[in-house]
Amino acid sequence: MSEKRTITLKVNGKTYAGLAEDRMLLVDFLREELKLTGTHVGCEHGVCGACTVILGGEAARSCLMFAVQADGMEIRTIEGMADGEEMHPLQTLFSEHHALQCGFCTPGMMMTALDLVHSRESLTREEIRIGMSAAICRCTGYEGIVNAVQDYAKMVYGNAAKGSRSDV
Amino acid sequence: MKPASFRHLQPASVDEALAMLAEHGADARILAGGQSLVPMMNFRLARPAVLMDINRIADLAYIRDAGSSLGIGAMTRERAIETSALVKSSAPLIHAATENIAHLPIRSRGTIGGSIANADPAAEYPAAALALDATLVAKSVRGERRIAAADFFQGVLTTALEADEMLTEIVVPKAPAGSGAAFVELSRRHGDFAMAGVGCEIVLSGDSVSGIRLAACGVGAGPVRLKAAEAALLGKTLGKATIVAAARAASAEVDPESDVHASADYRRRLAGVMTKRAVEAAAAKIGQPA
Amino acid sequence: MSEKIPGFIGGYVGQSVPRREDKRLLLGRGRFTADVQIPGMVHVAFARSSVPHARIRGVDMSAAKASPGVVYAASGIDLKGRLPDISGMQVATPQAWRDRFDNDILIPDQKLIPDDKMRYVGEPYALVVADSRYTAEDAAELIEPDFEMLPAVPDCQAALDPKAAIIHEEVGRNFAAWLHTSKGEGKAALGSAKHRIKKRFYHHRYAAMPMETRAVVAEYDERSDSITVWSSTQVVHWVRREVANALDLPEERVRVIAPEVGGGFGVKGHAYPEDIVIPWLARELKRPVKWIEDRHEHILNSAHSRDLLLDLEAGFDDTGRISAVSLEFLADSGAYSPVGAGITGNTVVHLLGPYDVANYECECRLVLTNRTPNAPYRGAGRPEAVFAMERMVDLIANHLGMDPADVRFRNMIPPEAMPYEVGLTYRDGIPIVYDSGDYPKALKRAIDELGGLESLRAKQKAARAEGRYVGIGFGCYTEGTGVGPFEGASVKLDATGKVVVATGACPQGQGHETVFAQIAADLWKVPVEDVYVTVADTAGVTMGFGTMASRSTVTASGAIKGASEKVQTKVIAVAAEMLETGEADLELRDSGVGVKGVPDMHVTYKEIARAAKPGWDNKRPAGIEAGMEASDYYEPPTVTWAYAANAAIVEIDPETGKVKIERYVEVHDAGVLVNPRLADGQVKGGLAQGIGGGLLEELAYDGDCQLLTGSLADYLLPTASDIPDLTVLHQETPSPLNALGVKGLGEGGAIAPPVVLANAVCDALREYKLELNSTPVRWADVAAVFEDPFSTAAE
Repeated sequence: MSEKRTITLKVNGKTYAGLAEDRMLLVDFLREELKLTGTHVGCEHGVCGACTVILGGEAARSCLMFAVQADGMEIRTIEGMADGEEMHPLQTLFSEHHALQCGFCTPGMMMTALDLVHSRESLTREEIRIGMSAAICRCTGYEGIVNAVQDYAKMVYGNAAKGSRSDV
Repeated sequence: MKPASFRHLQPASVDEALAMLAEHGADARILAGGQSLVPMMNFRLARPAVLMDINRIADLAYIRDAGSSLGIGAMTRERAIETSALVKSSAPLIHAATENIAHLPIRSRGTIGGSIANADPAAEYPAAALALDATLVAKSVRGERRIAAADFFQGVLTTALEADEMLTEIVVPKAPAGSGAAFVELSRRHGDFAMAGVGCEIVLSGDSVSGIRLAACGVGAGPVRLKAAEAALLGKTLGKATIVAAARAASAEVDPESDVHASADYRRRLAGVMTKRAVEAAAAKIGQPA
Repeated sequence: MSEKIPGFIGGYVGQSVPRREDKRLLLGRGRFTADVQIPGMVHVAFARSSVPHARIRGVDMSAAKASPGVVYAASGIDLKGRLPDISGMQVATPQAWRDRFDNDILIPDQKLIPDDKMRYVGEPYALVVADSRYTAEDAAELIEPDFEMLPAVPDCQAALDPKAAIIHEEVGRNFAAWLHTSKGEGKAALGSAKHRIKKRFYHHRYAAMPMETRAVVAEYDERSDSITVWSSTQVVHWVRREVANALDLPEERVRVIAPEVGGGFGVKGHAYPEDIVIPWLARELKRPVKWIEDRHEHILNSAHSRDLLLDLEAGFDDTGRISAVSLEFLADSGAYSPVGAGITGNTVVHLLGPYDVANYECECRLVLTNRTPNAPYRGAGRPEAVFAMERMVDLIANHLGMDPADVRFRNMIPPEAMPYEVGLTYRDGIPIVYDSGDYPKALKRAIDELGGLESLRAKQKAARAEGRYVGIGFGCYTEGTGVGPFEGASVKLDATGKVVVATGACPQGQGHETVFAQIAADLWKVPVEDVYVTVADTAGVTMGFGTMASRSTVTASGAIKGASEKVQTKVIAVAAEMLETGEADLELRDSGVGVKGVPDMHVTYKEIARAAKPGWDNKRPAGIEAGMEASDYYEPPTVTWAYAANAAIVEIDPETGKVKIERYVEVHDAGVLVNPRLADGQVKGGLAQGIGGGLLEELAYDGDCQLLTGSLADYLLPTASDIPDLTVLHQETPSPLNALGVKGLGEGGAIAPPVVLANAVCDALREYKLELNSTPVRWADVAAVFEDPFSTAAE
């Protein structure tokens, strides 16, 4: 029952392999086996959004998938957002708008925002509020987050090259 | 909150999956999108010995134009349905229902087949399927069954599927010309399961209602076809009075339970209000481009 | 009164300096307790009670011990006598407070893992240590308790029934504290009031619910006989005290670190059994041990808050002037009271808020029930008081046909009455004196921000004429902040000339590293980048208190200033020697010390630090000891009084009862703001929690003491689409009680929204005389006003 198998993932462009029992959640595999602890565990039942990663180009809860299911897939996590020490524009906007306090929800929040912005061609402030309601922040009251995502959306939609799906 | 041990099986084809189901039967659970099942497993409220993961069966994910109907593969992700122009134009109620499901990252994984086979009373797809008299295609090594939605949903998380059967396709009749559709719900927060939701497809001949389909979620042990509300509208002139009559009929014909989020009385009230809003919104959609 | 620090204002203090915390968190490099991974680490799962009240007859651990991967398993019975209880009085109230309050306090101790009884659903009775959390949970499921069921005590009223089962036999009664106090003629003065209203109010139970649950990792080092504990806590020094006590180690041999903490808001503000059990296991097993609370455990087992039943009576005249108030309340503390009676004392003394009320009397009980233990959560006893009082003000207005805003203005303490003696005693034992502020101005600004009262009422009327229901709600409060007993800081002038600061403050997202760097940079006249700040590590400072109760900016800044001044005395002495000048001619400037008015006469801190070193060729004048470091323990004279006025506009959907918040304004005064942007973030975050509590969040129990909202699918935290854009305006009335002029601001935002929303909804439906005297505001209750959804004006 507790036999482990090798799982191979491409995370942030790099190929990783690790061992997982069938029942190991994808988020635990990322954190415990691959030591990518930037993706957080907040509820383990798909509500809080802290574990959100980009899976095959789409935001998804990594606490609601088993690692075996992701074998061979491409994943983007918070660790792959910045270019070395150079922050991704969305990260810069989060800081500028004070869109984080404790920072626990922040990785999942940004993964949610990336998918939201890049899967659309336009977003109103109300649509951003609804889209970002996929993830919960307990500190900020959301205004900074909504402001940051709104500015990011403006940047993306105002610049065709930046608006490509390859950004996600 | 870690799941109990299980054996993960990953069939590559429907036939392989059906053989596995025949072998493991009630010990196995089918893993589709996993957005309802995996939380239950993490709470250890579901603990299948065998988890048959059908995510790698590529030919279960499709949206197919079959003339007078759409065939939607059971593993079609909600997100794919949401963005399908074909669904939006030919089965607008399915499209509208999808927009009400949870949140984008959940719709990335969640599937129409998983939602319908799970038969959560508050889920949108079962109500939409029931309203549209969809046909649910179930397969097993014993053969194929085509089950009418009205026969498929049998109670809370209970369907007509046998232990060795797998839902493979949802057949949705195309919306008639000149119809409008809407799915309206009220949940405590955006994306939560609805306290009450109503799907409506309406056809008007002049001012008169020549076709009406209404079903509700969140107000019973399963999706509820609002037959009395439909009767209050069919053949009548669409107007404030008939819509309110239908809404009152909807409130009267549902039999919801109380829970921590809403009392039975409040849900009954909302069934009426959502019916009114769904009919109004659906009627407003008539003639609008998809 | 302390003097103002010259140059303080206009330096870094008062600027929205960007947070130094952000980058690592944004890049996914923040290290939270769950991220601590140590080779050989083992994982803990607890077996927790599924019943509210039972005697433990036995616990069969045999199947669990035989389960694959298990390293260790024990029940509370197995551990009896090996682990001490946690003291019921983690926070002792001072004698001066007990002297000034009539009181009868008996706080039960809490066993780390009970061997005798289960007292709430979620309480642990056994534990398993295994090679992974997965296998630990497998084994924990196999533990077989033998419970003799006892009658549950479901709520605070049932608890006081003489026939109720006793939860703590050694206490002998189902309440942990009784308090009584009064001012003026007390409730006797109600007799001479022309009008009286008496109402019962209920403030429901909800909780902090940080996005990171609690977590503890511990590693024992045999060589030094010491233990390092990483805990997601707001109080590293309390945890150290309890761990040292339990392990019989010197506190110096226990290092507690709170790494990144993913929110706290009070729930992580005291030492829990797990904080002690995990280190104990690490020493016992000689292996690193990790316990990460899962969300279900968190909701069941980490402290809840609120849950008060209040009977309030007010006497007033025809003009709305309130002459007397009587309050009796029961606070449901759940099965234990880990932080004692202080939270209850908060409710007692915050009731009168910004109002000048001559006569007041309060009697209350802190009641023990079979619910999850309560502890302070953002607001800590104040939201409950403010809910009752601010609803009462609206009821008075309705009774007299006045505008609720006018009744507030009528009773508010005017600015010229500051400082204002309240006539009650704070929980630090000091008589309450509101130190500074302008309460009417705050309310007026809030109303003006919404367009002014006249225009608001006109718009409301116009909306009603269109069949819409628009309401305006107000809520005002005062808040004692920056409470003692103390905070510690150590400040070092490093050999490189950098300033190194450590405090006992334990941030959970507030931005302390940035804020304290700003304060120290101004004190030392150095670039903010040259200040290194250590927080939440007992290795940084010998004694500390922690971050809760809106206190860190006030108390830690005092300690940083005190420690800095001690070091600076030496710095000046050494610089005087180096510059061959009198100390009086010197000033701190440009990362060093210079002669006043002589730009060229300057030595850098680096040069001074070198010159001050012990040993050959040092430049220390006689009598100046080596070592450019000092600690200071700031003991605030008493609390500073922050306050706010809130105003909101809501619209009701009569068909569904849904409440939509159109505008929400809080005018907040926390004295001088060190970092206005972070202050804004604190207030807005607090408001969002208050709105969540006012509309969505609820820890609901059934009559058998089973929690009905044990997941985040049922415990509804507000999301981005539930919180509107919030307007926060700051009034900066300096506190005369500290050098910076600061007051605390962490909690304030969370206090008023439940009553503001209730008042606004009732205002929208004034013609129906709707009274929402309990929280949360439920759409169903609002909708019930319109019995037939289809016959309203909405048609």
